[in-house]
Amino acid sequence: MRIVHYLNQFFGGIGGEEQAGSPLRAVENAVGPGRLLEQTLGDGATVVQTLVCGDNHAVEHQEELVAAVLDHVRKAQADLFVAGPCFDAGRYGMAAGALCSAVQTEIGIPAITAMHEENPGVDLYRETLYIVDSGKNAGNMKQVVQRMAGLARKLAAGEPVGLPGEEGYLTRGLIRDQFVDKTSAERLVDMVLAKVQGEPFDTEMPVTAFEPVAKPRGVDDLSNAKVMLITDGGLVPKGNPDQIEGMAATRWGAYDISGADDLAAEDYEISHGGYDPRFVQADPDRLVPLDALRQLEKEGVVGQVHGEFLSTSGLSNPLSNTRRLGREMAEKVKREGVDAVILTST
Amino acid sequence: MTSALPIAKMVGSNRVVLGHGIVHVAGDASLPAEEEKALRRRLVEEALDSLKAEGSAE
Repeated sequence: MRIVHYLNQFFGGIGGEEQAGSPLRAVENAVGPGRLLEQTLGDGATVVQTLVCGDNHAVEHQEELVAAVLDHVRKAQADLFVAGPCFDAGRYGMAAGALCSAVQTEIGIPAITAMHEENPGVDLYRETLYIVDSGKNAGNMKQVVQRMAGLARKLAAGEPVGLPGEEGYLTRGLIRDQFVDKTSAERLVDMVLAKVQGEPFDTEMPVTAFEPVAKPRGVDDLSNAKVMLITDGGLVPKGNPDQIEGMAATRWGAYDISGADDLAAEDYEISHGGYDPRFVQADPDRLVPLDALRQLEKEGVVGQVHGEFLSTSGLSNPLSNTRRLGREMAEKVKREGVDAVILTST
Repeated sequence: MTSALPIAKMVGSNRVVLGHGIVHVAGDASLPAEEEKALRRRLVEEALDSLKAEGSAE
């Protein structure tokens, strides 16, 4: 098995934070954790190339990095791509996730990485990748590499992969068909009995947990504030120029409203399944209340209405996706000096 | 501003204005046009109020 291994500057032996700006370099054979991986896999597994890049460089030049790594992996004729383990290093995790995901889709060979559950790379890539649970402590390197090796063998051989708990990877949030001996009613009773007896049990439907959001400080003076309208109700200009999907949207758009006193029915349409769109189609201000906000701007209650409203469709969308959309919108809001946002949601 | 209050609370939104129905968050198709506009204005004013810092100028 031919392996290409990606490491950051620290695990790649270049240096610490002072080397975080180092560009990508390729080294023949295994380095650091790659040696351990080779030993653990045995059986002729060889790390033919180690790619090392500084954490800052990787995040700041992600597109270039992905293209260069794909090129190396192709030329090396690798059977497997491994990145990390990254533990709780956020920039490292983001790069490892992006690279594994690109290798998997563009080249079609298995890719594997390892991170701590709270590494931001997990949120973005858990649905796409097998991410071995590394915990925070790099002292557990040996154990983590063993898990990665076990999973890597199965993926390379095309063998079925067990549940997250059995294999030691982080839950991907996917639903998979499986034959089981007991009906759901029997499994439910088993769970209740275990619960009342204080014994451990695993739920089959973990509830999504949301981190508490800190309440940002309010606006001191609305009459000087720039206010933006955002909606997840799928209001888009006629023809849906950004092709925002009406369900599980992967995109959002920014649409010019400068100089408009309200939104005219003939200029807009709705790209959003689920709710009856006729009322908003008849008068888009019912979703994006520009007429009222414009009036308040003229009266001096608010300083300025931002020249664009942002829109996407919030229906049946995986959280990893909506988090990305939210992050991208927040970046624009910040960049353009918006003081407050009214987000209308259907 | 939403009519799906439980969802807004579940995800931890901390400034929530109750909208006027899923199908017209900031409107009401059953009202005459002028009354509907007044309703929308009240909802937007409520949203702006909740965006103000505590103790800031009216």
